[in-house]
Amino acid sequence: MSITVQNLTKVFDSKKVLDNISFTVEQGEVLSIVGFSGSGKSTILKILSGLLQPDSGTIDIDNGDIAMVFQYSALFDSLNVFDNISFALQERKEFRGKYTKEELREIVKKSLNTVGLSDIEDKFPHELSGGMQKRVSLARAIVTKPQYILYDEPTAGLDPVASTVIEDYILRLRDETKATSIVVTHQMSTITRCSDKLIMLYDGHIVFRGTPSDLLKQDNPYTKQFVSASIQGPMKITASGF
Amino acid sequence: MANIRIYIKQSLTYQIINAILNELKGFLETFGNIAYRFLEILKYILTFQVNIKQFIEQSSRFAVDSLPITLSIVSMTAIILAMQVAPELVKQGGKDYIGLLVSLTMVREVGVIMSGFAIISMIGSSQASELATMRVTDQIDAMKVLKVSPFKYLFVPRVLAGFVMMPFVVIISSTLGILAAGLTAMAAAKDVTWLCYITSVWQGLYVRDINIMLFKSACFGGCISLVSSSCGYDAQGGAKGVGIATTKAVVWSFVTIVIVDCIFAIAFYF
Repeated sequence: MSITVQNLTKVFDSKKVLDNISFTVEQGEVLSIVGFSGSGKSTILKILSGLLQPDSGTIDIDNGDIAMVFQYSALFDSLNVFDNISFALQERKEFRGKYTKEELREIVKKSLNTVGLSDIEDKFPHELSGGMQKRVSLARAIVTKPQYILYDEPTAGLDPVASTVIEDYILRLRDETKATSIVVTHQMSTITRCSDKLIMLYDGHIVFRGTPSDLLKQDNPYTKQFVSASIQGPMKITASGF
Repeated sequence: MANIRIYIKQSLTYQIINAILNELKGFLETFGNIAYRFLEILKYILTFQVNIKQFIEQSSRFAVDSLPITLSIVSMTAIILAMQVAPELVKQGGKDYIGLLVSLTMVREVGVIMSGFAIISMIGSSQASELATMRVTDQIDAMKVLKVSPFKYLFVPRVLAGFVMMPFVVIISSTLGILAAGLTAMAAAKDVTWLCYITSVWQGLYVRDINIMLFKSACFGGCISLVSSSCGYDAQGGAKGVGIATTKAVVWSFVTIVIVDCIFAIAFYF
């Protein structure tokens, strides 16, 4: 259940957002993809989840379900928490009719418990805090027991405590489900706490690959700039962002 | 040579042609997307893959929520029509034709097209903004990652609800419009009686016209939902994108039903 990406290239409006990107994530591993805004991190996740097609390159993913946790949760705001979490089980062809209402309630309850929530099945997304929405989004992602989980900036917009809670659940899910995970993030705490290894993108290229401890130790000008959050360094601010 | 190229690119003519070509490209893209989605929806409907819960919810929204505004607009139009034609027809000795004129106008054209305009402003714009918001907040992407087809879950119930419910809305609003026009005609011209008006209405009603009205309104309903949902689905960006998609949905829906109306007029009355 590994993911192997080779020579992935994606062009938007004649700009190469990803240029010959290659990496591998082994089963049960958490790979963090870091880099400044606009460096193509989320594009990789969208290609892996099938939302975008690459212009060239190969993606080798063993058979299995892929789940994705979106940056701003992307909960269906017209559905309550129960229907959000059980959405795939109710609507997907292979699950439809497989579970009774009672069984669905039990599955949703269990899924919510996994992310530390309970008794919110009847609430709508707008009635929940940002951190709770993120956790419901996690619960929705894991309900189909996916082999791969993609996280797009899972702690974006959350306070430090809520971020730590989400990071704890990412680790817990990795240990409990043995899912192969990719986390796109800007946050150092997520990188150091959650990742087994990481890659850093800049201008469509991988400018660093290693472990979180390598990121802090190595004398790489890109990582140095990233870790120190400095505007001085090889990564330049352009009109279109970094 | 390079200077000439820059000069041409900066010229007003070049920019106008470029803008026209971009508009044309946008038009063809939108039209192509709508046509493709129509075929996708048809595939799901013909294979009976319809989410009944969503269909009922959308039908209720389509018919019930839109009814007050549709009834008001169609009735007011019929009242205005009666106010203007009743005194003139009475003067010309044609009081027996007031009901005929009103019913013919309502059944063949005004009832359907005015209901269509009301539904576009009430339901079409709401469908477009709902799907556009789902698009810009990644909800549609989330649906795709969960391996649920947005066409099946979002488009099919809406388009089918429009197709099925619009004839009911048109029948109710046109009937009320004809009755309201009768009362107005009686008030506007003293010689007109209720019996005289209703008898005249029946003279103007033909089963063929009613059948065409029902089929046309079903097509209008389906088109409004399809075009509005499609424009919303293609939204890009944030709040501005939602606004642009909603405006586009309203404009495209208006144009579409007028074109469909023309096709019906040519096919059945020309």
